[in-house]
Amino acid sequence: MAPLTFSVYSLTALLFQFLNSFGFIVLATVGLAIIFGMMGVINLAHGEFILIGVYGTALPYHAGAPLPLAMVGGVVAATLFGVVVERTIVRRFYDRLLDSMVATWGLALVVSQLLLIVFGSSLDSISTPMGNVDYGPFSSSVYRSIFLPAVALLVLVGLYAVFTRTEFGIKARATIEDPETARAMGIDTDRMYTSTFAIGSGLAGLTGALYAPALGSITPNRGSTFLVESFVAVVVGGPSVIVGTLSAAGILSVFNATGSFFFGTFIGQMLLLLVAIVALRALPDGITGYVDDWRQRRRAEE
Amino acid sequence: MTDRLDAGTVSVVGRLRSRLEGPNTIGNSTTFWVGFAVAVAALAAYPLATDPYTVIQSSRYLALSFLALSLCFIWGYAGVLSFGQVAFFGVAAYAFGVIGINLSSATGVVVATVGAVIAGTLSAALLGYFMFYGGVRDTYVTIMTLVVALVLNTFMAQTAGSEWAVGEAQLGGFNGMTGVPSLTLGLGESGLVLEGTGFYYALLFTLLATYLGLRVLLNSSFGMTMVAVREDEARTATFGYNVPFVKLVVFTIGGALAAVGGVFYASWGNYIDPSVFGIAFAALPVVWVSVGGRESLLGAIGATLAIERMRTGLSSGIGPIGSEWALVIVGGLLLGVILYLPAGAVPTLDGLADELRARRTERSQSTTAAEESPE
Repeated sequence: MAPLTFSVYSLTALLFQFLNSFGFIVLATVGLAIIFGMMGVINLAHGEFILIGVYGTALPYHAGAPLPLAMVGGVVAATLFGVVVERTIVRRFYDRLLDSMVATWGLALVVSQLLLIVFGSSLDSISTPMGNVDYGPFSSSVYRSIFLPAVALLVLVGLYAVFTRTEFGIKARATIEDPETARAMGIDTDRMYTSTFAIGSGLAGLTGALYAPALGSITPNRGSTFLVESFVAVVVGGPSVIVGTLSAAGILSVFNATGSFFFGTFIGQMLLLLVAIVALRALPDGITGYVDDWRQRRRAEE
Repeated sequence: MTDRLDAGTVSVVGRLRSRLEGPNTIGNSTTFWVGFAVAVAALAAYPLATDPYTVIQSSRYLALSFLALSLCFIWGYAGVLSFGQVAFFGVAAYAFGVIGINLSSATGVVVATVGAVIAGTLSAALLGYFMFYGGVRDTYVTIMTLVVALVLNTFMAQTAGSEWAVGEAQLGGFNGMTGVPSLTLGLGESGLVLEGTGFYYALLFTLLATYLGLRVLLNSSFGMTMVAVREDEARTATFGYNVPFVKLVVFTIGGALAAVGGVFYASWGNYIDPSVFGIAFAALPVVWVSVGGRESLLGAIGATLAIERMRTGLSSGIGPIGSEWALVIVGGLLLGVILYLPAGAVPTLDGLADELRARRTERSQSTTAAEESPE
């Protein structure tokens, strides 16, 4: 299985593997990173938000809706769920970050088990669209290796635009930076928190929707497939949403793709863990924390 | 009620009590110790009053209590929230199996017990070093510990093939490792194999000793330092304490406690599988400790016994509620407690009792003595 001879084909395959895992890590992380970066809350139910996106896509699809429309359903379901969760639960924990993790974990257990009770142990899989591209002895899925990484990049660009170019984004950042002053300036900070959480949830839903046709069989424990990658990427990337997610996904997917390509997916995941543990020691506040430090030092020198 | 023992009592008891009591533990009155003795006696008498099957089930709850103590110790007293205590629990359980299966004699099992606890402890120390000496923020510690458990889950689940064996011991992948020896005391080929009631008493004794030992530790100067780190890390560092080192020691002790539980757990069922690293099992210690009260060792143990008993009950279904609802109830319990009772059951009750006592003394001072019943 592991082709150790280097050729154009195997290098291409490695590149596709890289793109595949880059897209996966960015999409798995981005919803979590928004909520963590902007509000400091780690949403332990992130996997279940993604799962709601998956179910919200799969159910209409199996009922006969075309796939793109079904995907919209997944995003909407996760967003609505996010708004409800923020209003009823997360809201109470903005000054107790560790407790917010405990609470969202409780939520995660309830949601995944309820999905199991309501929809049974699995839904039929959705076949992956767009087919495969063949080259030499290899074959890669166009959807996973080209379409999804492209969407991932688009999402990051879109977020950058929203948070730097729109009034909403500037208000949201002001709320995060200094909630009291923001309130004094007439910003409805409660609404900003809700909206930010909704965007994070919606992105988790989008991830679920996009991966619904790439997961194989759809089971209620699928949420945890996204957890390891997203947590590791948030730890390695640090609190800055876009730069952090992008750089962490870039670095991690090099390790993940190389490990998976030569030794199998499981070694790829072990490598992620090792990189994350070493990163904890070397970059305690992630890559973006380090970049911030470096910038400040340079400014101090000037 | 008197807080001091009678003057005639030997001072040894007094000195022992002064070691066991302090501001960091709940339950510093004579009433508490009497109640505690009654509870221990009841647990000790339990096997005489019930059938062997129930004794075996109860042993499982006691083994899991170590896991609860481990999280309670690091989260409640040093503010280090770990979602991955099950990792050290599981590492010790697997290590016990691997060593025990390969050295199949009484001495071998003793070696396996010690080796497994060391393995669990060292893995906690190693992870703790990377986290605390890097100076990462609290939330990172919480998610990294969970990631470690989840990755171990993936790792152990794929060790199905015969190439995944350590000597005689097949790791067994998703199906788990069978033939883990029972806990044995003794040297040479044969010894006292602890099974059934014997195992129960060994567990009860170890748990009691661990609980009392932790109380002594928490009320010592190290315990005070732990609480200082929990309350204000920066200030503790300013006073000259090495905060990363304190946290590392705490985390390592926590790992050791979890490892002891893991050894008992693996020898309880003579079996261990990767689900101990899974996300559902990893949530349980958090549930027990949150419900019982993160600042109460006894609360954590009590909640473990109660919730696990409830889960056993639910596994056969209660009325219209089938076994599939167990996890919903456990998750909902966690959510409800953290929302409405964030300190957990025991500290809240303790606070209520204090309040009641204060109000009562107030009243007895303000009203005539005749109205009050003598105590």
